[in-house]
Parts: sequence; C-alpha cells; structure tokens
Amino acid sequence: MTSAPSRQASEPSSPRPGPRPKPAPPTGAPIRVTGAQSLVRSLEAVGCEVVFGIPGGTILPAYDPLLDSTKVRHILVRHEQGAGHAATGYAQATGKVGVCMATSGPGATNLVTPLADANMDSVPVVAITGQQSRPLIGTDAFQEADICGITMPITKHNVLVTDAAEIPRAIAEAFHIAATGRPGPVLVDIPKDVLQETTSFSWPPELRLPGYRPTTRPHGKQVREAAKLIVSARKPVLYVGGGVIKADAHAELLRLAEDTGIPVVTTLMARGAFPDSHQQHLGMPGMHGTVAAVAAMQKSDLLIALGARFDDRVTGQLGSFAPDAQIIHADIDPAEISKNRRADVPIVGDCKEIITELIDAVRTERETAKAVDLAPWWETLNSIRETFPLGYDWPEDGTLSPQYVIERIGQLSPADTIYTAGVGQHQMWAAQFVKYEHPRTWINSGGLGTMGFAVPAAMGIKAGEPDRTVWAIDGDGCFQMTNQELATCAIEGLPVKIAVINNGNLGMVRQWQTLFYGERYSNTDLGTHKHRIPDFKLLSEALGCVGLRAESREEVDEVIAKALEINDRPVVVDFVVGKDAQVWPMVAAGTGNSEIMAARGIRPLFDEDL
Amino acid sequence: MTRHTLSVLVEDKPGVLARVAGLFSRRGFNIESLAVGRTEYPDISRMTIVVSVDELPLEQVTKQLNKLINVIKIVELEPTASVQRQLVLIKVRADATVRSQVLETVQLFRAKVVDVSPEAVTIEATGTSEKLDALLRMLEPYGLREIVQSGMVAIGRGARSITATAVR
Repeated sequence: MTSAPSRQASEPSSPRPGPRPKPAPPTGAPIRVTGAQSLVRSLEAVGCEVVFGIPGGTILPAYDPLLDSTKVRHILVRHEQGAGHAATGYAQATGKVGVCMATSGPGATNLVTPLADANMDSVPVVAITGQQSRPLIGTDAFQEADICGITMPITKHNVLVTDAAEIPRAIAEAFHIAATGRPGPVLVDIPKDVLQETTSFSWPPELRLPGYRPTTRPHGKQVREAAKLIVSARKPVLYVGGGVIKADAHAELLRLAEDTGIPVVTTLMARGAFPDSHQQHLGMPGMHGTVAAVAAMQKSDLLIALGARFDDRVTGQLGSFAPDAQIIHADIDPAEISKNRRADVPIVGDCKEIITELIDAVRTERETAKAVDLAPWWETLNSIRETFPLGYDWPEDGTLSPQYVIERIGQLSPADTIYTAGVGQHQMWAAQFVKYEHPRTWINSGGLGTMGFAVPAAMGIKAGEPDRTVWAIDGDGCFQMTNQELATCAIEGLPVKIAVINNGNLGMVRQWQTLFYGERYSNTDLGTHKHRIPDFKLLSEALGCVGLRAESREEVDEVIAKALEINDRPVVVDFVVGKDAQVWPMVAAGTGNSEIMAARGIRPLFDEDL
Repeated sequence: MTRHTLSVLVEDKPGVLARVAGLFSRRGFNIESLAVGRTEYPDISRMTIVVSVDELPLEQVTKQLNKLINVIKIVELEPTASVQRQLVLIKVRADATVRSQVLETVQLFRAKVVDVSPEAVTIEATGTSEKLDALLRMLEPYGLREIVQSGMVAIGRGARSITATAVR
C-alpha cells in the first residue's frame, strides 16, 4: 500500500485507483465520459491553450482529467484574482479568449474583481467555477456562494450548468459570447456532482442563443452620412478607442487617417492603435491627456468616435465637452451610442468593417465634394502641440524622476515589448512617456482602475507571448497587492520584468491631497521609503526573482540593461523615486476640459489664444 | 416623465427575471408594474414591464435590456395601439345596510363578486389601471379591507404577433 504522502512524491505516471481514460481528439460521434472529462475535452476542442487557476473542493473533479491534457496548460496561481487578471492580460495580448478557473465560494468570489475589470474593458475572458453539488445548492453549504447572482452585473453573461450533457454547449456558448460582438467576461458555474456525472460528449455542439445576434455589418446609409460630414468638416478629429484594437482595425485606421489627413487622438485603452511617431497623432485625450489632444476635441467641429465610449475620464464635465462638435459614433455596442453624448450619425458595427467602408465612402464623396483645406486646423493644433509638449521637471530635492525611469524603459526595450501597468500615477506616466507604435503593446486596467493589475496581467501576457519582452510598470502600492504571483512566474517559467516605481506613497491619491486637500496627507504614506518595509529587492529574491534597485539617475540605464539581459527568471527593479512628482497635464475631476492645466498653475487658456 | 409599456420576450431560463430586474435597479430605473407569463412557445416567456421614464433614458433601457443574452425581443406597446389589462381583487366591508350600494358599483364597472360573507364582499375587476383606480375610489368610502393587484399585461391590436416574428 502506498501512503498518501509518498504517492504525492511518486512519478506522475504511477497508476491511480479507478479507470481514467485519456482524453482523445474530439470526434463527431458521442462518447461516454464524466462531466469533468467533457469539460476538459470541450476546452481542448474550443482551442483553449492556457488556464490560470487554483483547485479546491468543488472544482477538483475537473482538475483530474486536466492533468492528462496535452493541449491545455494549467498555470497554478497563488490567488484567484491573479488568475483572472492573467486571463485578461493573455486575452489582451493575443486577441484570444483568456481562461481562469476557481473553486466555489471564496475561490469564485476572488474572481469578482478581475471579472468586473474585464467587463469594464470589454475583454474576452471565460471563468469556470466549481459549485456545490445540486442537492446542496441554496442550503448555505460549505464554500457555497451564488456566484452567478454575484457576477450578474459584472459579466457579459453567466450560466449555472445543471446537466452534464449541457457542458459542451455551455463552454462553446461561453467562448462565443466572450469573443464576439462587444467582447466581455462569461462565467460558467458547474456543480461538483455535474462534473462527476457520466454523460456523453460530442463536438461541436449546436449553439442555442436566440437572443444574441451582434450587429457587425454597418448600415450603408449611415456610413455615407458619416462620409459626407467627414469631407465637409473644418476641424475634424478621429477619436479612437479600445474597440479599434479589439477589432484589429489599426491598419484600416492608418489608411483612413492618411487618406483624410485628420488628426488622431488615442484613448488610454487605444494606446498603440495608431503609431505615436505618426505626425497626425496628437496623443492621449482626457484627464491626463496631452494639451493638444484635449484642445483638438474641445475646438473640433466633428468628432469621429471609433470604438470609444465617451467615458467621463475623456469628456470631463459632459456639458462643456467639445461644445461645437457634431458626433459620428461608431461602436459595436448599440447601448454605447448616445449614452453619454448624443450622436448625430450613429453607426453600429465592427470597427474593421466600419472603417473599411468609411474609407471607400470618403473616396466616393471626395469625387463630387470640394475638399476642405485642413491646413488652418493643423496650424492651430501644431502651435498648441509645440507650446505644450508632454514633459516633466526633475524633482528639486535631487530624487530620481519617475517619468525619466519610465521613459528610459520605453527607449531601451525592444520595439515589440509589451507593457502593462497598475493604476495610478505610474500608469499615466507609462501611457504618456512610453511610445507605442503597435496595437496590443499597452495593456492596462482602464475602466475599473484596478490597483494590482500589473503583475498578474504581465504573467498572462508572457504566457501568451513567451518570446516577447514584457514589462510591468507598477507602483509600490499596487505591487503590494498582487506580487505573490511572482512566485507563479518564477516556478512556471514566465520571466516577466517588473519596474516598481517606488515613491513610498499612494502617489495619485497623494497628488489629489496636494492639489485639493490642502496638502493633508491622510493615509497615503506606505512607509516603503521611511522603513524600507518591504525591501522590494529582498522580497523579489524570496519570490524566486532577480531583485535590482536604482536610486539615482546614473543607475537607471544600467539596471534596465541588466534587467533586459535576464531571461531565465522574473526580474524586479525597485526604482526609488521622489514622492512629489505629479501627473500633468490634468483636468481636475468635475471640471470642463477647457480648464486643462498643462502643469500646476499653468493654464493654456486656448479660448483666448485661438 | 411618461409611462411606457414594454413587452419583453425572454428565454424561459432560471434567473432571467433577476437579470431583468437587476438591470433596471442598477441603471436607476423604477419598475411600476411587472407581469411574467408563458407564451404560445414553451421555451419563451413574456414580461410586460411598465416604466416611467423620459424618451432618451427609455432608449438606454431597451438597449441595455437587449444586451442581456436571454432577452430575445423588446417591443414598446403604445396605449392607443394595444389592449392593456390589470386584474385586482378587492375585499370591501359590506354588511346588509350597504351591500346593495356596493353591488351597484360593481355592476357599473362590470366587475364581479367572487366571494361574499356577512361583513364583506370580494370583488374581481379587470381593466386599465385608470379604470381600476376609479373603481377603488368609488369603493373606498365603504372600507377597503384588502387589495391585491396583478401586473399589467398588454397585447398589440390587429392580427400581427410579436412572438411569431421573434422565433423565426
């Protein structure tokens, strides 16, 4: 007899009690399997390559056949939140559906934050959770939580599978719903006894979604209306959102922009959709956008919104946003159109199809209409761009500039590097000072603003793009929320690079306290500077990473170069930076975009200038 | 704000009512009346929802409802182009001295008595909410002991069917 501990230590191929047929490639004819085997075969058949998760009581049956799968790699994370953000990072980097798995109760509730995050940023994620056995549901059984009820408002869809025969369909539908239309997270909750039940498996199942028919083809008349406005506008702006990246429409966008000569702004979710080096790119709009991008929208007579949703962080006070602009709003989600700002020309459809048709429609329109000269518009914009370029000052106290660190990371890393970030000052600087040339090279938590996103997201990105450099620009506050996943990265062979922009404080909150709360710093000093607790270098080494540190300007390039050389394990660089650096420009919350401050106390006043 | 009657065809699946109700409360819309029942198709249920909102928020409500995977179709029924009915059961205090007066009111409204006891009668009435409100006002002086009211149900006038086009 083998005792339990020695069996754990023995070879994985050692015989186990009970029959366990190997998952075979799917065929059309039904075969007898358990619900758990049906789940793993469904994941294989639907093309899932990686699952991030943690086993537990109710999901245990699924983990058994998962051990034998040669197609699905399971990455054992340290916290379910990490699994969720990793799935999001993976999905954003690859364009495929990200998958995470957790047990019932606390395992499932730990997925709530990443699911809400993926929902706000329209990321295709499928979460599979174990659930208590059917007879126990509703009895407050051990580790029971109504996760379908809990995640109803923060998922695109969710489903409780009550019959093992329904598993292939539930998985196929979940992937279909997550990836099509406006992408989003879908949760599939499967009771333990359903996973244990004997059932039959056949693939592909028939999808039964009578209420789900996303519109992808735009309406021809609307496209022609839009083209008419585009050719006659004097101050048009292409307002590009994350939908352009999700639709893989960056090439079409470039063509439309170059055909028309219209200035482009890319939102936080769309950084990389249009090359930063392009002359027509004015940068990011919004609360911490460039003065040129914000001014262009405010002064515009026509906003062409492509896969963007007029978020409050972009519009500022809605009533005074782009007051003279007509709106063309193209989005795959009809509910986004005219939600915040009324659209003059609504276009529902996939951005790739819309932009493709727009290019042709604009060309046709140009044949008859006299071309409007955009030179005066560009003159205005170029003058703003030259007067108020993005920039930063070195701290007066001689400490390291966080913006400089981030800028250097961007300059020294390979061109195809993928960047992710936490949430706060470092995130804004990473959006501003790293130059993005390609889509899917900037992955962040835009809508929900989830601190702690960076480390697990980087892990997921690296799993999806193992040959590319992955940098997580993180803050010391964010890093302390999710750094345990570095252990996962070290063990699973995911050599990510983390730059902790360590200012010892919850920097963005501190910035608001400086500006709006009379410099009363309530609970924003984390003590990471004062006490060096934790010591990020030692902490990272304890987690199986290489720990580096830079505290002066001279050390910055050196540690970045060192970090870039290490590819056999994760690297964490503790960049000890000044605590008083601020994110500029800024539109203060609740004010209009015309109130933008280029720096503290410096208002461009473009109403008077222009 | 104006009242709107929405007919919502949904898949008959567990949790659909919670999804719809949750969406209304989360987006800050108040449901005035709600009725759910079967249709001529076994796997489709029909919800009749009455909301008081302006035109633009209403558009947002229907768009958000349409995003629910289990929602198949939404039709707004105009009061003039549809038949709208509610049912109410009213227990009125009515001893021998006033019973004949109560019964006269019942007749006027083409309602009917479904239960009677020495001290009270129970009245069943159907109609638009305006008619039922009027009936209740007339009966109030006698003493309303208990009222129970259903949600509004509504169907479009004419031969066309909203379900027939939904399942195609």
